[in-house]
Amino acid sequence: MDNGSMNAFQKVLFKIKSFFVGIPKVLFAFFFAIGNVLYKYGKRFKDGDFAVKLSYIIMGFGNAVRGQIIKGILFLLAEAAYILYMVSFGWQYISEMFTLGTVHRSIIEMVDTGSSRTSATLSTASNSMLIMLFGLLTIFITVAFLAIYVISTKSAFKVMQTVKEGKKPATFMSELKELLDSKFHCTMLTFPSLLVGIFTVIPLIFMILIAFTSFDSNHQYPGFSFQWVGLENFYDIFGGNAKKAATFVSLTKWTLIWAVFATFTNYIAGMIVALMINKKGIRFKSFFRTMFVLSVAVPQFVTLLLMRQMLNKYGIINEMLTTFGWIQTEVPFLTDAFTARVTVIVVNMWVGIPYTILITSGILMNIPEELYESAKIDGATPVVTFFKITLPYMLFVTTPYLITQFIGNINNFNVIYLLTAGQPTNLSLYNAGDTDLLVTWLFALSLNKNNYNLAAAVGILVFVVCAGVSLLTYNFSNSAKNEEEFS
Amino acid sequence: MIKSYKVKKSLADTIIYTLLTIMGAIWVFPLFWIVMQSLRGEGGNYVAYIIPHNFTLKHFIDLFTEKVVFDYPRWFLNTLFVSICSCIISTFSVLMVSYTFSRLRFKSRKFFMNFGMILGMFPGFMTMIAIYYLLKLVNLTGTLAALIICYSAGASLGYFISKGFFDTIPRALDEAATIDGATKNQIFWKIILPMSKPIVVYTVLTSFIGPWADFILVRIIMGDKTPNYTVAYGLYTMSNDKNIKKFYFQFCSGAVVVAIPITILFLNMQKYYVEGVTGGAVKG
Repeated sequence: MDNGSMNAFQKVLFKIKSFFVGIPKVLFAFFFAIGNVLYKYGKRFKDGDFAVKLSYIIMGFGNAVRGQIIKGILFLLAEAAYILYMVSFGWQYISEMFTLGTVHRSIIEMVDTGSSRTSATLSTASNSMLIMLFGLLTIFITVAFLAIYVISTKSAFKVMQTVKEGKKPATFMSELKELLDSKFHCTMLTFPSLLVGIFTVIPLIFMILIAFTSFDSNHQYPGFSFQWVGLENFYDIFGGNAKKAATFVSLTKWTLIWAVFATFTNYIAGMIVALMINKKGIRFKSFFRTMFVLSVAVPQFVTLLLMRQMLNKYGIINEMLTTFGWIQTEVPFLTDAFTARVTVIVVNMWVGIPYTILITSGILMNIPEELYESAKIDGATPVVTFFKITLPYMLFVTTPYLITQFIGNINNFNVIYLLTAGQPTNLSLYNAGDTDLLVTWLFALSLNKNNYNLAAAVGILVFVVCAGVSLLTYNFSNSAKNEEEFS
Repeated sequence: MIKSYKVKKSLADTIIYTLLTIMGAIWVFPLFWIVMQSLRGEGGNYVAYIIPHNFTLKHFIDLFTEKVVFDYPRWFLNTLFVSICSCIISTFSVLMVSYTFSRLRFKSRKFFMNFGMILGMFPGFMTMIAIYYLLKLVNLTGTLAALIICYSAGASLGYFISKGFFDTIPRALDEAATIDGATKNQIFWKIILPMSKPIVVYTVLTSFIGPWADFILVRIIMGDKTPNYTVAYGLYTMSNDKNIKKFYFQFCSGAVVVAIPITILFLNMQKYYVEGVTGGAVKG
């Protein structure tokens, strides 16, 4: 069945199928690549002469003896630095990674402070967190070093070949110049990758590892070290601990409800407003537009903090409603479970609709006019036109945007945190409130309760949901397929 | 027949005008309200009317002169400094990465792209604790430098949008330049960048606004080091239940002061913003 003859539903199924079929392929490609590197590494050793073979132990030797002295020295320096680092510092942490520290807190001495009281001087337990962080850093440095090592053997082999062919080995300057042309990608990526590596990859792997440990409020330095606990935290979430499991289920439900409502209310309502503003014959278009866009321009935290003040029990909205005599007692906008949930969705519409207007206006204008005209001739009402023409067209064009929005809403921290901070607190939940999303729960767990391991496990689960949805999306969007269009 | 059509049409237009006016009012109301609050001369935090009885600029003057508890002017300069620095770093790294992925072909390109995409899917809050400890190791917690690093370090992961833009610039240009003897480096600086004004403006704009809106990282990195707060977290502290009674007017005027420059900036640049987002995120 080719792509053209399938209906939308079949297409989705097809994409999902090809996505999952793709996973083993990617894994295979990965291991194949590693195997390939190892194979070439061995082959170079076999085919290389004495100098090349020696460079397998003394990095840069092959380069230095054939005239590439600076390069040779740089390789040698890298080797020396790595060995020095490992011996003086790194090894100790790597070896402790398996246990995360075995020293327990103990009493060093007891001092009688009179009236039958004693004060104890305590030693500190191993700082598992530091062991893990340094251990991880050392692993990263090792991987980086191994990469340099393989590159150095390759370089030694290459320069041997060049000399054999009777050519002159490249000078250091000419190789530097290459970095601006044929190897420009190295130059361009080095700095950003370093930043991402240190401040995203390492912290992320650290937290992923934390999900498999017992790092919570009861295992804090200097009192207690923490240990590996395997899948225990995930087991807790999926039923091992009744309260945590109930919280997880309840928050996941609300997160999904929230994401669906927040995404579609904004999308549809925003489109309707955009259509109204852009309707033929409506004047003051830019005035109306600016009225809405103003709220996108004002930083979100300002408007949200503002809303919290306004929706307060004694805030302007309750005060005004009372003055008008419409209500007798204050509406618990942010303090009653159900009302608070409705409130955050409604406030989110206030935040999100102008954004949709901004994004969709241009696309709405591109819908072929003939479609509308023929619908009008057939006597379709505006409502029918919207659902039969506008909506399907827009859904078709903006699916990627919609799904990004959906994922954004699953992770929508600001609206919930600034408006309700997860309140009202629900005592049947584990450290969570009725409007808490998974991400705000994660945040509260790690920041207020120091329950890092549970928070990390929740984070991984949120990732699994988001990754599933977005990888599917990415396969959908044409921008991935048409990448080479202009090449 | 034609007449009734016209009546119907003008009726529809009237409904639309009314709806738009009501909705516009709802959308502008909170903004209008806070401006009025910041100008209100008489006391009382929660009052049931909108237009103040007496207008005053006192709260704005207080905001910039009473610096004992909350040093707002300093927060403002902090934020400005942090956002300018991180804006420069992130703009360069985003543009470099997206150009590389769009234009250069090398072995591990696909791997890097997918890796970056997967990284971006983890909830950002997960890593904050680890980042905090990392910064603590190098003694950077509580400093503005730490903020700059945090805001700009992950920026290059958002390369999709500008990559989408670079993809649309014809490659024939690169080829012609290569034939004329230009290196890849020269092509990037002298040909591609000058052609990419919309996406450069978009990147600058979003990365500049970022620090003005974030209050989470600041909280973790700064702790109780009040003088180094940025406006966002400063205002957040002002508005918590403990402080709001005392600092209500300062909060309102502070919010107005931070909103004005960002709003002006955004309204002037919104064309680029829309181009940036729709160019990258919406592709049939």
